[in-house]
Amino acid sequence: MNFKLNKIIPQLVTLLAVILVFGFLTYNAQVNMDNRGIEFGFGFLSQESSFDVQFSLIDYDGSHSYARAYLVGLLNTLLVAFIGIILSTILGIIVGIARLSPNYLIERTAAFYVEFFRNVPLLLQIFFWYFAALRALPLPQDTEPMFGVFFLTIKGLFVPRFVWENLDIFFYSIIAAIISIIVIRNYARKLQENEGKQLPVFSISVGLFIILPLLTFLIGGVSLNFSVPVLEQMSNTSFKYKGGLGIPPELIALTLALGLYTATFIAECVRAGIQGISKGQKEAAASIGLTPRQILKLVVMPQALRIIIPPTTNQYLNLTKNSSLAAAIAYPDLVLIFAGTALMQTGRAIEIVSITMFTYLSISLSISVLMNWYNKKIAIKEK
Amino acid sequence: MFKLIKQLTSLAAVVAMLFAFTTESMAAKKSKTLKNTQKKGFVRCGVSQGLPGFSNADAAGNWTGVDVDVCRAVAAAVLGDANKVKFTPLSAKERFTALTSGEIDILSRNTTWTLSRDADIGLTFVGVNFYDGQGFMVRKNSGYTSVNDFKDGISACTNLGTTTELNMRDFFNSKGISYEPVTFEKADEVVAAYDAGRCDTYTTDKSGLAAQRIKLSAPDDHIVLPETISKEPLGPVVRQGDSVWEDIVRWSLNVMIEAEEYGVTSANADSMKTSDNPAVKRLVGAEGELGAAFGLDNDWSLRIIKQVGNYGESYKRNIADTGILPDRGPNELWTKGGILYVPPAR
Repeated sequence: MNFKLNKIIPQLVTLLAVILVFGFLTYNAQVNMDNRGIEFGFGFLSQESSFDVQFSLIDYDGSHSYARAYLVGLLNTLLVAFIGIILSTILGIIVGIARLSPNYLIERTAAFYVEFFRNVPLLLQIFFWYFAALRALPLPQDTEPMFGVFFLTIKGLFVPRFVWENLDIFFYSIIAAIISIIVIRNYARKLQENEGKQLPVFSISVGLFIILPLLTFLIGGVSLNFSVPVLEQMSNTSFKYKGGLGIPPELIALTLALGLYTATFIAECVRAGIQGISKGQKEAAASIGLTPRQILKLVVMPQALRIIIPPTTNQYLNLTKNSSLAAAIAYPDLVLIFAGTALMQTGRAIEIVSITMFTYLSISLSISVLMNWYNKKIAIKEK
Repeated sequence: MFKLIKQLTSLAAVVAMLFAFTTESMAAKKSKTLKNTQKKGFVRCGVSQGLPGFSNADAAGNWTGVDVDVCRAVAAAVLGDANKVKFTPLSAKERFTALTSGEIDILSRNTTWTLSRDADIGLTFVGVNFYDGQGFMVRKNSGYTSVNDFKDGISACTNLGTTTELNMRDFFNSKGISYEPVTFEKADEVVAAYDAGRCDTYTTDKSGLAAQRIKLSAPDDHIVLPETISKEPLGPVVRQGDSVWEDIVRWSLNVMIEAEEYGVTSANADSMKTSDNPAVKRLVGAEGELGAAFGLDNDWSLRIIKQVGNYGESYKRNIADTGILPDRGPNELWTKGGILYVPPAR
């Protein structure tokens, strides 16, 4: 009894202290805000925001509510995080493998890239890509198109936009392709287990994925047109592009900076993962007659991934949080739109800062959960 | 690093608000802010991050400008020395939080007086030290000569968290023009982006356009369009709830304007003590007991005029002589065709 009490009492005291501190802080904030005539509440979220944003994935203008402005910012943040994670992962894997290359030139280039980009502060890199690269880009009227339809200018990258007809049928064909690939993979596995025969599953999958959607163009009535951006003059020296899809330079600079910076860390995770597999494993695999491709796919990578995934999760989280530097170069992310403009126009600092903190926390935790699930899935299963 | 600083500032503001003790005693005759200021020995003043003519620091860290002079006037009045001011440069986004959380006691940072700011977020505007309006700057060779030349798809650079952002929307909406707003947190980045050609036009208060133009790589290649699309009365702000401090700041500004009206300057202030005009004598502390109402001595206004000068001197020194806006326009005294008109100091 005494032993139990000794354990519980410190816990209770700590809990009480925490509750008291938070209670005191809340009470104090309340009193101070009352004294200064500041009200606390989330009612402002339904008010008209009355400011516009430069770039939005959903329909938005100033006549929408602050809640919708929040959603615009959130989606823009997720967009940067998503593109950044894909870019940094692809680049990170390539560079990580290149660092282990026996070719001196490739190995040194990869090493230089890693050491350079991870040791320069990220904000500087963002400013570099935005201001230095921006100044180097031509004005719209001086731009030579790439392949006739891409225009990279100081006002952004303008690309042709897809104009679909019967897009739904095209989507159904992709879903059908995915289902049939799963079926074939299962069949191939059974075939190998029962008869020892191997099917070229990869080639069949790629073929299906290309042929089925292609068929919809020939017989499904699906058609695809392009809306190509066309230069239009507004005044003597101001030009804009009509049609097509405009990608703002802020988004390009931000994803580029985040991707290049984070890729260096992922490259090191990949290198550590591959080097963490002992040489004996590869030699043992070779001795039972596996091809080099099979060794990498069946022996090395499954084990290396276990070393790579946990630190890479950290990098994904860092990238997502670092995306809030967007405000420095006018990319309308959550911090710029919500914790910036909306905070200023409403003056609701406590409410908006807490919502923003809670949002980043939720995004980070979701990524963690996803990566932990994947990590568990590839972990060694003791039988 | 930048993100860290920004997050820390927001956090610090919230934490400061949480921790600030509540000793607002109704009986205290003197203002708490005044007491604290006198105890510390300096006035805590929030200014811009660098707007020539209004609040700008030189290489040695000396702040000058008409907004800066308001804080200096308050320091001269309550501490006897116009140099006893601690300036805190703030972005448009940080300014109100810094004031309401108690990090600064006066916000004198080209801030527009609006109903929602005055009524909603715990602030009180004490007066107007510059009548401004929003305008547009464009490249001279662009061919734009009026805002009526603007067409669909125009991109406009500006600061985020300002009335400018809202006025811009009202303006383009009323004209039925679609536009691309590109909003930066710091003025320097707005200038850099506009200079590089990212935007067709740069919009902010006209005084700001005139001041920022100097920072462009080729200032003469740019013009400010004649139209003014909004009213922007700029003035100092204090926290709500300390009416004595509010009065001190209000009347420090009013005294500067009234001194110009009566021709009292930093050079002749002492000799004005023997003036025949009772209004002038009151202004330099030779008659009446004006300072007593704030808990100050009777020379408070004399010190403001001697150390900082009257409004006209401040304008000439900071805005006219630097070539930013040589013409005073509406910021001329009401007796000379402008709209500067303050209640009498009596």
